[in-house]
Amino acid sequence: MNGFKIIVLAKQVPDTRNVGKDAMKADGTVNRGALPAIFNPEDLNALEIALRIKDRYPGTTVTVLSMGPGRAAEIIREALYRGADHGVLLTDRKFAGSDTLATSYALSMAIRKMSPYHLIVAGRQAIDGDTAQVGPQVAEKLGLPQVTYAEEVLSVDEQSITIKRRLERGVEVVKAPLPTVITVHSSAPDCRPRNAKYLMKFKHARTITELQDSSEDYIELYKDRPYLDIKEWSVADVEADSDWLGLSGSPTKVKKIENVVFTAKESKILNDSNDDISGLMKELINNHTLG
Amino acid sequence: MNNVFVYCEIDEGQIADVSLELLTKGRSLANTLGCKLEAVVLGHALKGIEKEIAPYGVDVIHVADDQRLFPYLTLPHSSILVQLFQEEKPQIALFGASVIGRDLAPRVSSALKSGLTADCTSLIIGDHYDKKTDTNYENLLYQIRPAFGGNIIATIINPDHRPQLATVREGVMKKEIYDPAYKTKVRTLDPKNYLSETDFAVSIIERHIEDRKINIKNGQIIIAGGYGVGSKENFRLLFDLAEVIGAEVGGSRAAVDAGFVEHERQIGQTGITVRPKLYIACGISGQIQHRAGMDQSAQIISINTDINAPINRIADYTIVGDVADVIPKMIQYYKENSK
Repeated sequence: MNGFKIIVLAKQVPDTRNVGKDAMKADGTVNRGALPAIFNPEDLNALEIALRIKDRYPGTTVTVLSMGPGRAAEIIREALYRGADHGVLLTDRKFAGSDTLATSYALSMAIRKMSPYHLIVAGRQAIDGDTAQVGPQVAEKLGLPQVTYAEEVLSVDEQSITIKRRLERGVEVVKAPLPTVITVHSSAPDCRPRNAKYLMKFKHARTITELQDSSEDYIELYKDRPYLDIKEWSVADVEADSDWLGLSGSPTKVKKIENVVFTAKESKILNDSNDDISGLMKELINNHTLG
Repeated sequence: MNNVFVYCEIDEGQIADVSLELLTKGRSLANTLGCKLEAVVLGHALKGIEKEIAPYGVDVIHVADDQRLFPYLTLPHSSILVQLFQEEKPQIALFGASVIGRDLAPRVSSALKSGLTADCTSLIIGDHYDKKTDTNYENLLYQIRPAFGGNIIATIINPDHRPQLATVREGVMKKEIYDPAYKTKVRTLDPKNYLSETDFAVSIIERHIEDRKINIKNGQIIIAGGYGVGSKENFRLLFDLAEVIGAEVGGSRAAVDAGFVEHERQIGQTGITVRPKLYIACGISGQIQHRAGMDQSAQIISINTDINAPINRIADYTIVGDVADVIPKMIQYYKENSK
């Protein structure tokens, strides 16, 4: 076995888990621009699953594929620092406004361009939407089986992979033929940290756009070190049909967005004094709220 | 044709609660639209299953009974649904937002090239006017869900593609018998017409399913802790109070993520929805995702050091104080005053 070719799907997301005071506008709505952009957490679990296969089978290569704006190259570099080998950024204005179906179509076209491959590994869902749809939709578009909610790869050989899945109230072990699409649950092991050696190696990894925008001259450096090239692919590069992309190519439309506004109800304010709490407990017992 | 379909999941040999809840919702949508409600059940040893489903107001039940259809596998179930939907052309199809539903619905959506909205908290019928194309759409399914970390509420529509697909979490909709004697028609599907060998590429080697040991969904009193509880040790206090007053213990997503409490106890949009007579929120700030799972509680007590915590705005009582100080006092005064 000369190792596996693994593609990891990763997304840069706004950190919606930590909407702090800085991210709130005066009218109480969220200033999305103020949220830090992070590596989607479950995509890091997915990367770790891929890297563990690489640890076990020398010759394995891990390529990170991300779709997003130019700055999403940041998470590709992050993946390289942790042990991925290559990165591809799928970026084009025509992708803007894509729903999950249009996104999975675009990703599937990029994956086709990367074939042959053995495994596609993605996080179960991204925290900005929590939909968990893109993994299964990519699998369907490629005509591949899918194993969702994966927690651990138990074994893998040239023909098949055996995976432990996390269900609502238990676990299941399934065997799938290769190639297959795996989506990884947050109960899988955390991703390893950056490796100092890889950090040095990939510190100057850039997309072509980043190179052009940079004031520094890396041309000579790149001639000697082709691995520093983060590939940048457009709609045309992956031969995708624009009719299936972006806002117009998305079956779902957003009809309305409402910012969450609290309607306050009258609340009795108590403090933690003995009198207040004793009074409350008496009241709840007397009105039979408590048995 | 053009009916409302619900995919029914099997759990411990019965139709899963989430599916029965969707049938109730599906019945009311079908009444609004003036169409039929149809259910799809795929599994093994399903004899008599229609008796469980019909009372929810189901007009037609499509049943495929085959030992290879249980336990659930993605490919056979999606192959049957895709072909069945191509034949029957539903206008709406609903799935539970469970591990099974969230595995299956996107696959079906991709094959049928129709849009899917995950984890809806409300489904209603409404019209839509598209300015760009000057088109009026009548009777669309409004798929309403919190988005962007719960900071906005989005209404999603699927104007040009059918079926309109949505998933809904367990407990979000209410399950209600529509008519105990409702007349239903059972339609048996022959798996041979829907499946091929390639649908069985993935096989299950082992399965361990535990009984539901944590059942907070139907709790009458729920004590829930958030990140503000501070530690797993402090969470013990919530269990202590629960034992004294006869309550269940839940947690917010932040508390679950921090490892204070098990995932099975998570309340909110991506967890369980509860409607107790009393909800005691301890150190929970009250983001909308959490409130989506508990705001129908009859009475709410919030214990929080921050008087401005959003949850206080929907609370009947706000105790300004630290959970670690307040709960022991609640235990003490409950014991002194009960009986």
